Amino acid sequence: MKIRNLLVLLVVLLAVYGALIAVAELPPYGMPDNPVHNQVSERYINEALDDTGIPNMVTSIVLDYRAYDTMFETIVLFTAALAVVITLKSSKREGNNN
Amino acid sequence: MRDFILKRVAAIILPFICMYGFYVILHGHVSPGGSFAGGIIVGLSFIAFSTIYGIEKGRAKLPETVLIWTESYGTLWYGIMGMIGIIRGAPFLANKLAGVDLGVPGALSSGGLISLIGLGVGIRVASTMVTLYFTIMEEES
Repeated sequence: MKIRNLLVLLVVLLAVYGALIAVAELPPYGMPDNPVHNQVSERYINEALDDTGIPNMVTSIVLDYRAYDTMFETIVLFTAALAVVITLKSSKREGNNN
Repeated sequence: MRDFILKRVAAIILPFICMYGFYVILHGHVSPGGSFAGGIIVGLSFIAFSTIYGIEKGRAKLPETVLIWTESYGTLWYGIMGMIGIIRGAPFLANKLAGVDLGVPGALSSGGLISLIGLGVGIRVASTMVTLYFTIMEEES
């Protein structure tokens, strides 16, 4: 048991060490030449007003460029409500029968 | 739960909260906010009403048939708005490609289908919140 705890501690320390190495390799926050500032965000910033005609860029991405994503997000909400209703209503009916 | 002051203050404030939620939904494309945030505000106004006045009065404000309709047809409304693109010979959920008039940027009527889609999503989110609350509270009672 004692040896197993030591092994667990070793594995956890190795995992934390790996995660810290990965964090140290990250580019500095907010620099303009980071890999996240590629042509995609540039295109959104420059073209969003012409493509969608609305000044709110977040809404233009959520409801126009990524409209499929938002549609299935609403289906996720529908599924969540459906699961809760099915679970709770059916358990209530069983309770009434008993 | 049965406090007089709380009931009076809620009766004054809650209609404005609900109206503000619809304002956030409908102005989601010209101001900060959007359909998800506005739908949460609309749903929370009804949840606060049924918390203060009791679950039966809340049910009377929003009957189960209304909730089932909004719950079922919100996403279908989204799909119908997407089919406009296919009818006009463009991809599904196309807006500018389908030749919809985009209007003046900044006006309430701008953005073509975006405000209509946002209205569907907002009603959808509100009805989901209220349905979850009612179902769980009726289970507990």
